[in-house]
Amino acid sequence: MQRRAFLRTGIAGAALLAVAARLPAGSARAEGAARALGASDRAVLAAIVPVMLAGALPAEAEAHRKAVASVVDGVSQTIAGMPPATRAELGELFMLLDLAPARRLLAGVSAPWPEASAEEIAAFLQKWRSSRFALLQSGYQALHDLIIAAWYAQPESWPAIGYPGAREI
Amino acid sequence: MAISDPIREGLARGWKVTDASRLTRDLVLEADVVVVGTGAGGGVTAEILTRAGLAVILVEEGGLKSSSDFKMRESEAYPELYQESAARKTLDKSINILQGRTVGGSTTINWTSSFRTPPATLEYWQSEFGLADLGREALAPWFERMEARLDVAPWNVAPNENNDLLRRGAEKLGISSGLIRRNVRGCWNLGYCGMGCPTNAKQSMLVTTIPSALDAGARLLTRARAERLRFAHGSVESLECRALDAAGTDAGPQRITLRARHYVLAAGAIGSPAVLLRSAAPDPYRNLGARTFLHPVVISSALMPEAVDGYKGAPQTVYSDHYLEQGPVSGPIGFKLEAPPIHPVLYGITLQGFGAQHKRLMKEFANVHALLALLRDGFNPESPGGMVGLRNDGSPVLSYPMTPFIWDGARRALLAMAELQFAAGAKRVYPVHEQVVDGYGTWKEAKEGIERLPLVPLQTRLVSAHVMGGCGMAGDPRRGVVDSRGRHWQIGNLSVQDGSLFPTSIGANPQLSIYALVARNASLLAEALTKRPAPAIA
Repeated sequence: MQRRAFLRTGIAGAALLAVAARLPAGSARAEGAARALGASDRAVLAAIVPVMLAGALPAEAEAHRKAVASVVDGVSQTIAGMPPATRAELGELFMLLDLAPARRLLAGVSAPWPEASAEEIAAFLQKWRSSRFALLQSGYQALHDLIIAAWYAQPESWPAIGYPGAREI
Repeated sequence: MAISDPIREGLARGWKVTDASRLTRDLVLEADVVVVGTGAGGGVTAEILTRAGLAVILVEEGGLKSSSDFKMRESEAYPELYQESAARKTLDKSINILQGRTVGGSTTINWTSSFRTPPATLEYWQSEFGLADLGREALAPWFERMEARLDVAPWNVAPNENNDLLRRGAEKLGISSGLIRRNVRGCWNLGYCGMGCPTNAKQSMLVTTIPSALDAGARLLTRARAERLRFAHGSVESLECRALDAAGTDAGPQRITLRARHYVLAAGAIGSPAVLLRSAAPDPYRNLGARTFLHPVVISSALMPEAVDGYKGAPQTVYSDHYLEQGPVSGPIGFKLEAPPIHPVLYGITLQGFGAQHKRLMKEFANVHALLALLRDGFNPESPGGMVGLRNDGSPVLSYPMTPFIWDGARRALLAMAELQFAAGAKRVYPVHEQVVDGYGTWKEAKEGIERLPLVPLQTRLVSAHVMGGCGMAGDPRRGVVDSRGRHWQIGNLSVQDGSLFPTSIGANPQLSIYALVARNASLLAEALTKRPAPAIA
């Protein structure tokens, strides 16, 4: 049973990867690559951020919610400052994550992102991190870098790591 | 204390600077020489040519930012001063490339490390690329002149703890280390060189050669991207540029046409080959964009018992060349050890893992010591370098194969760094690799662990801050894109004057190699264009 499920995932996953690879990266689409993340992209990110930054974000509910929102904003801002080809690639990554079949088969997350459990999302990140597909590994690393950069760019994150910020000059 | 801003003062004096993103119509300009790029190569070229009395236009894709803008914040520095917000990647996304994209290029954001080109590198160029006139003695006066021009001197301040750990660890192991010379004047020892020097102490192109060229009448276009050269009768007839949009990332509507007697490419080792590729420049021997080198870097973090505060103090002041000197330059790949600055974003993204694993080391941020190893690529057939290509939209992308030969060096480098860090007193050592979770508690454990690590792209996190080659020099047109003066082999009025000239990597931080070689070549170009001796470098 387990073996069959794996095979099925493998074949469907490979098919999805093939579709993803055909998306026109850096082509005509890139010329008009969107700058802002859409609402569905933001929902995907808002689900992943607390897991990527588990233990780093404030524990208190309201502060936590604000911190997640600020990281999502930060990622969105970073992407807006990227060249068109990179924006197009990242747009494809979020589009893929937001497709229900890809979410289930490639990410292994059964519920829609806002309802997915932290364990399920952590398992997804770990699976992509160590995937045999370079595309998934690099997808994990893009999420890693974008989210971690957006958090540690904020002075709010510094006291917990003992970084005082630059001295005044 | 108020810090004067030489750029704002110069603008007030009437420098001819145009932010192309604000143009409302197309522009056509003429000059004696057009220089694409304002980094180490473009800056030195512009100063020498303007002092020779030539009219120069400088074209820069980034914006004009200066000390008043430099706030020592990663959140501002990376998007404003770096290519692709400091997240430029190789084609397979496995190597993160740090390159400047601002007036002054990478010199505005580098860590001030100043080394002459190692003699072994020059000897290899002479024997393998026919560059007979680029010997150590021939270049020595150019190094001396540029060292004087840019205040390159020994740094007589105690290294910060992160660097001193490299010195102490090397001493314990009985291997050599040395102090790095820096291009600074009145440095405050802040540690934020990578975010633009807020005190103008770093003698980058931004505060030296470019102000000097602008004072002498050169014109600077910012947020303008050199798209393609137009050729007619074997010469460049014009350079077509696009103004960028207000965000500085996408092409805007305005076009800029530049005409000159001579054209100089100094857009960096990804940008310069890209301009030639987009222009379909002659390339009869398929050398263009090939042999692009990175000094691929592997990193080792260590947790120290005491505070290191690696964000504080001059970023790179100690090095060890011990592992470059173990055999001939063309033998198993050697590496140079240095200690990088440690700032929250750059360190956070480099560090592997997520959630609790990532947080565990971030929590100890103040006690983290980091070493990096620059692998000396390009001196062996098993290290042929990468290839610059173009995406469908014309933007450049570098593919860089990590061969088993290079991975062998990466493994030896991870071992050497772990051994040194334990010798310096590390409690735990964490090679930057996705499969290293809890790190290693002893040198013995680290040795066993690192020997078993699968060294493959993406799992081993790699970075590069030194892109070199792609328009290599050679003594004959079969082996290079340009000759030893940087003149294009097929196009008479075209030169390349930046790190893309190098036929191999340098084996040391490359800025001073670019300054000296370009000072020589720009002086030869000034003589050829003016029929007079070139001006002295002052």
